[in-house]
Amino acid sequence: MTQTVPTESANGTREIGRARRRKEDARLVTGRTRWTDNITLPGMLHLAFVRSPIAHARITRIDTSPAAGMPGVVGVFTAADLGAEGIGLPCAWQVTPDMKAPQRPPLASQTVHFAGEGVAVVAARTAAEARDAADTVEVDYDPLEPVLDMEAALADGANLVHPELETNRNALWVFDSAGAGSGGNVDHAITAAEADPDSVVIHRRFRQQRLVPAFMEPRSTVVDPTGEQLTMWSATQVPHILKTMTALSLGIPEHKLRVIAPDVGGGFGGKLAVAPEEIVTLLVARKLGKPVKWTETRSECMLTAHHGRDQIQDLTLTAGRDGTVTGLKVDLLADMGAYLGLVTPGVPLLGAFMFNAIYKFPAYRFSCTNVFTTKTLTDAYRGAGRPEATFAIERMMDELAAELGMDPMDVRKKNWIRHEEFPFTTVATLVYDSGNYEAATARAEELFDYPALRREQAERRRSGDPVQLGIGISTYTEMCGLAPSRVLGALAYGAGGWEHASIRMLPTGKVEVVTGSSPHGQGHETAWSQILADQLGVPFEDIEVLHGDTQVSHKGLDTYGSRSLSVGAIAMVKAADKVIEKARRIAAHLLEAAEGDIEFHAGTFSVKGSPDARTTIQEIALAVFAAHDYPEGIEPSLDSDATFDPENFSFPHGTHLCATEVDTETGAVRLRSYVAVDDVGNVVNPLIVEGQVHGGLAQGIAQALYEEAIYDSDGNLVTGTLVDYLLPAAPDLPDFTTERTTTPATSNPLGVKGVGEAGAIASTPAVVNAILDAVRHLGVIDIPMPCSPERVWRALRTARGGTAHTAGGPA
Amino acid sequence: MARIDVTVDGVRYTDEVEPRTLLVHYLRERLGKVGTPIGCDTSSCGACTVHLDGISVKSCTVLAVQADGGQITTIEGLAPNGELHRMQQAFHDNHALQCGYCTPGMIMAAVDLLRTNPDPTNQEIRDGLEGNLCRCTGYQNIVRAVRAAAATPTGVTG
Repeated sequence: MTQTVPTESANGTREIGRARRRKEDARLVTGRTRWTDNITLPGMLHLAFVRSPIAHARITRIDTSPAAGMPGVVGVFTAADLGAEGIGLPCAWQVTPDMKAPQRPPLASQTVHFAGEGVAVVAARTAAEARDAADTVEVDYDPLEPVLDMEAALADGANLVHPELETNRNALWVFDSAGAGSGGNVDHAITAAEADPDSVVIHRRFRQQRLVPAFMEPRSTVVDPTGEQLTMWSATQVPHILKTMTALSLGIPEHKLRVIAPDVGGGFGGKLAVAPEEIVTLLVARKLGKPVKWTETRSECMLTAHHGRDQIQDLTLTAGRDGTVTGLKVDLLADMGAYLGLVTPGVPLLGAFMFNAIYKFPAYRFSCTNVFTTKTLTDAYRGAGRPEATFAIERMMDELAAELGMDPMDVRKKNWIRHEEFPFTTVATLVYDSGNYEAATARAEELFDYPALRREQAERRRSGDPVQLGIGISTYTEMCGLAPSRVLGALAYGAGGWEHASIRMLPTGKVEVVTGSSPHGQGHETAWSQILADQLGVPFEDIEVLHGDTQVSHKGLDTYGSRSLSVGAIAMVKAADKVIEKARRIAAHLLEAAEGDIEFHAGTFSVKGSPDARTTIQEIALAVFAAHDYPEGIEPSLDSDATFDPENFSFPHGTHLCATEVDTETGAVRLRSYVAVDDVGNVVNPLIVEGQVHGGLAQGIAQALYEEAIYDSDGNLVTGTLVDYLLPAAPDLPDFTTERTTTPATSNPLGVKGVGEAGAIASTPAVVNAILDAVRHLGVIDIPMPCSPERVWRALRTARGGTAHTAGGPA
Repeated sequence: MARIDVTVDGVRYTDEVEPRTLLVHYLRERLGKVGTPIGCDTSSCGACTVHLDGISVKSCTVLAVQADGGQITTIEGLAPNGELHRMQQAFHDNHALQCGYCTPGMIMAAVDLLRTNPDPTNQEIRDGLEGNLCRCTGYQNIVRAVRAAAATPTGVTG
């Protein structure tokens, strides 16, 4: 089939590439929204959880009787009361055959493993009554030692988070280019570099602090049991996965469970989960035979929804004195927290293939040790593994430049893959299909005025200006479009990476398209309409995009990993091809021409050489509905579906440049300018792409400057509210300068790559590199994130030989 | 229980409420005004911002009894005649929302910002919206939208 190259819509203009205003906005700007917490069903009860105030303890007694007598209380339940003691929540990624996985109960019954873990739940007439009653449940705890430090957790004799596993080590996962045949032996590279005066060996340790995804809509779930049928509404990114995993975990026949993700207020990976609260809500609803709602408070969300990042990264990079890198060795410790979520142990693996980034490294070894601690579990957060990798390598390239006295951009140019070298098989075995790092970098330097800023920096250094200027570079790539199913299989992931779409041609020529993607802010209703308008040649307004309800969209793998456009929309394109092929046969019949003589353009079928013999695809939809006259041997329907399994990832890339002013007297950092030139391939809607880049930048910059989830020495989260955890507000961020270069992906017919995570992946090292570039000449070689004024000030003071302790934070 | 008499989006209500009831819970649970969402429990995020007697308030920081006798406008009452308020239109035109959860509060806060400062600079907009958090947009298009709204003639509702 050949219709995969977009034609154009009925009015003769291409929709793809237009800055269409979003269809979604109409309800969102007027408050006619369908958040899960907005749902009220007749007789609906409300839940409130009783949560552990202690990180690690044995439960010696739970007395629910005080709560049971409170006004409005319909039931108070422990795990035993719900028959939930044998239930384990799913982890879909067994990263190694000997991976250690604890049972993750919906409610703890014997031991709590992190502060905030649920131990009981109250169902009451109102949310307030449920909360009041939950506060009266008495739980006695026999405290155990918390396990908070990853290195201490791995030491002999360490206290164990899960004694039944006999270790705090979840898994050790290794990639070695020597073993894979994709490169040399990095130990040899290190030995050779150590012996060679013309080489350098650089060791660094970086800390990826713990972050909170902090989607704006707190999680909420409503379950309505009607007879055997269970309907669950949930604030989730993954209704399909949630449905299948819930069915498997609870032994519910899959066809008796319907999951609906209505309007969902952000996710960023944080709603890629099967949450204990979702399962408990279902169990209580089923037990009481009543609709039940659970909506968390923000503090509950901070404490119990999964966190992100939290790695210690040890890196060794070897290079010649000309700047040519000869090897990279990466050893990670990754904090799983107390349990494994859906993809917890696999998150570091998603970065394993990206530490070599845009560079031609001849030898590479990666190892990651996953560690259990008595903290909230970690899992996917915007970028999931790739921001960690990009941060590490982009920081290392700056360290290399500093060591060699080279311009950091020159070091990058020395090592990167040149545009004529694509497709390029990397040392981590990925095949980068396309890219043009030179073009993106040249445009970024132009917009940034790189030479002028370097001159100003030199002048400020010369004059001893108390406010020093720094320039930070991040030349990143990422892999998105998760994912080729065979690759996921090779990585022992529990599912595939395909996506599904179906198209329904309605009698009046209007179109419904059902997508397995599940948007929660990305604007799929608009972008999918644009793509399909071009494919079918029907007006943008005539298309309705349906998603997020497993009874409407029966097949799907949902939205994460920048996969929706490069996988989900391609499934829709393939389905459109089938619609057109079916319509072509009917057109030939109606126009009394041979099928081979039928041409299709902008929604109209015509007969070669007879321009007056024509009919539109929308007219054919009506003809098929009437079904009075159609060829023998075919069915009277244009409806089609398709499942697309990508053959490769897509590889967006770009060059981000950041200028910071660092006040050396106060440690305050001001972002003076930020330029992002991204290459995300062909663009469906530039407005949406720009918005995704802005939001990603904000989150990546926030990791560099503001955010950290901090636990005290007892294992309590001390940044458990939005007062303590610093989400940037408008004054905390600058105006960004964003542009694009376009190198289409070759792995899909639209040439698209994906943009959801690029900003978050690229920006963190750009900012930290810029801060260090401002103060490196004062003797500062590292500042742990987030680079708060206090930490910058301490680092400067330490470098000057002052009395400040290390640049570490309050943890 | 306390008796309150309020007008919300042009409709008068008299109700008995618990003294501890927050205005946002009263709006959502008693009146069904679910267009106003709740984003936090520390008055940090501003998602629940409404107008009380013409001035923006975080409705999680006001008790329902404090609103007694007051005129309240929520996002649902901003465009009573079906035509978007200039701020709603500007948010749409400038792609100033993605998931949309912060949007009702952000729009109500921005409307009040222009009431006190009809022609703000970018920095004044950023400072003026400091009490409203957005996790999706990075704020740049929100700033753009507020400037666009400021440049739009005030309609009957704005």
